[in-house]
Amino acid sequence: MKKDIILCGVGGQGILSIATVIGEAATEAGLNLKQAEVHGMSQRGGDVQSNLRLSTETIYSDLISLGKTDVVISMEPMESLRYLPYLAADGTIVTSSKPFINIPNYPDEGELMAELDNLPHVVKVDIDKIAHETGNLRGANMVLLGMAAPFIEIVTVDQLREAIKVVFARKGQAIVDSNLKAFDAGVNEVK
Amino acid sequence: MEKKLLLGDEAIALGAIHAGLSGVYAYPGTPSTEITEFIQADAVAKERGIHSRWCTNEKTAMEAALGMSYAGKRALVCMKHVGMNVCADAFVNSAITGVNGGLIVLAADDPSMHSSQNEQDSRFYAKFAMVPVFEPSNQQEAYDMVSDAFELSERLKEPVVLRVVTRLAHSRAAVAVGKQKDENPLVPAQESWVLLPGIARKKYAELLEKQSAMMEAANKSIYNKVEKGGANKLGIIACGIAYNYVKEAVGDDANIVKVSQYPLPTDKIKALAAENDAVIVVEDGQPVVEEQVAGILGANYDIKGRLTGDLPRTGELTPDNVAKALGKSTGSAFSDAKNLAGRPPQLCQGCGHRDVYTALNKVLSEYPDYRIFGDIGCYTLGALPPFKALASCVDMGASITMAKGAADAGLFPAVAIIGDSTFTHSGMTGLLDAVNDKSNITVVISDNLTTGMTGGQDSAGTNKYEAICLGIGVEPEHVRVVVPLPKNMEEITKVIREEIEYKGVSVIIPRRECMQTLQRHLREAKKAKEAKK
Repeated sequence: MKKDIILCGVGGQGILSIATVIGEAATEAGLNLKQAEVHGMSQRGGDVQSNLRLSTETIYSDLISLGKTDVVISMEPMESLRYLPYLAADGTIVTSSKPFINIPNYPDEGELMAELDNLPHVVKVDIDKIAHETGNLRGANMVLLGMAAPFIEIVTVDQLREAIKVVFARKGQAIVDSNLKAFDAGVNEVK
Repeated sequence: MEKKLLLGDEAIALGAIHAGLSGVYAYPGTPSTEITEFIQADAVAKERGIHSRWCTNEKTAMEAALGMSYAGKRALVCMKHVGMNVCADAFVNSAITGVNGGLIVLAADDPSMHSSQNEQDSRFYAKFAMVPVFEPSNQQEAYDMVSDAFELSERLKEPVVLRVVTRLAHSRAAVAVGKQKDENPLVPAQESWVLLPGIARKKYAELLEKQSAMMEAANKSIYNKVEKGGANKLGIIACGIAYNYVKEAVGDDANIVKVSQYPLPTDKIKALAAENDAVIVVEDGQPVVEEQVAGILGANYDIKGRLTGDLPRTGELTPDNVAKALGKSTGSAFSDAKNLAGRPPQLCQGCGHRDVYTALNKVLSEYPDYRIFGDIGCYTLGALPPFKALASCVDMGASITMAKGAADAGLFPAVAIIGDSTFTHSGMTGLLDAVNDKSNITVVISDNLTTGMTGGQDSAGTNKYEAICLGIGVEPEHVRVVVPLPKNMEEITKVIREEIEYKGVSVIIPRRECMQTLQRHLREAKKAKEAKK
């Protein structure tokens, strides 16, 4: 079994934290893993992505091939469309529905949403709103991870919960708890 | 054996610590930065007192590492590919002096120019200097090779290049880490390293004599694997990370020579050619191996690669372009999205560089023929909208010297903008030229108290900029410091106008902390306060 995941968003939205949690869960589950990240110049408000590959078999390439991505997890709706050529025919896009507009030529929001809605497997939710409701304004990325959790399959929702505890442990119990709350809210959203 | 999830860069760092490293010397540069950062943060490295403070530039780093090697210890010098240009003098000559303690020169190349201004391939430098190269295909090899490279370096008494590309440097995988070696004792080199012509000629002859040993090591290397299994008669030469894309495409169904240690293992290449009708060279970066293979196999042999168009001439390898070159297809299920716009990187909200550009654009719009010569750092983004302020960005420090040359030619106003870290890296000497020539230039050292673009590393000259400029000979009344904030715009524009009108060298230092490091420092302060409670 393998899962190829693209995590994407805008620099500073916290996609690497999502990657770290999935990576921790996968390692704990004894899976092979490769995760290519973007560092450097692009992190300054530009588009960012990370290729995350999980498998029970040997993984060679650090990058995912065109048309092979099982799940695109996106912190921003337009960014989720950037990786469309990489999405598998039966792949799923899990994305925040709230545009992050820091460019003058951002597409028409109505048309953007319509294009997303026309794709076969899309889950889009206002993750900022849910994060706000859980009282964890900075937990939008964990809400998104919760929404994506059922689609990741190769690691279970419970394994991801355990990984959140490990990854955020050094930041204190309060941060762990609020991130778990955000994650659970995301999980419930797609139930 | 313990397994750790590590970036390629981190695997190299940990490999070096475990191999008895005594010092890492580096200037930050994507994608090499995380190596030094890992060593700086590592508890064992701290306890052992491994040197890890950032250097002023790659040349000072290379020379310090060579000095540590002279003293008998193992040293690692790290840089991005263009850093090889900066340290080239020291690097090439370190092959002539030879080394004492093991010396690894880590070059992180950036095909596709994710964060760079060119795609130069560091394997050319190694060939030019006639030293061995290790090129890992994965994170495990990156870890293992550090120890082997140190040993080879000490056996041959030559520096060894470790070459990685962005996709390895910044990709994470599980790495099995092994046993740890003690540091070398302090035993300085006994022979002369004085490269006067008489000695240099002798040393150069020694380097030439060592070439056969380097070749033998490459032919015997465990990293240069031969795989047989392909039904068709196309031999594949897969270099470094290219091996992964090849395996992804063809699995075990191929005849492969994996090249991860150079000089090129000619025996294995010749055997591959003899058993097949053609070979394809798959390498990330420039066609370094492809050109050499043409020399080994002769003009009549069918060699495919980047030069023949079977693979793209520029840009990094991907599983898709490699699969295509090997006759396998990958393809999209969906076409490109319609509602999609580019999202280029930009200066952070609240960044002081923004205020500097706002002020510069405001004043300079009063002059018809002005040019602002830029430099390398976050502030290069001032070239993009909304500022569109820069005429050039070439290499570290070039802003000052290019402004000087343009001013010598009669251009007015000639303005240079350079960051604090870039100024100490390579701007100071150019400023001295300008002062000696009384060039009519205005230099803006946009000081955000850090090396920002690479993630906020210490900047070598922090708190020393006025003193450096005065020491170089800029007149005290023309070294001006301002605080780049919107509320100070009137004062800043006044200072810029006055210094442009001054016919000579002026330096304006807008100084305000980087927003990224400021937020980090605020978080740390909050944490420290909470810990006290």
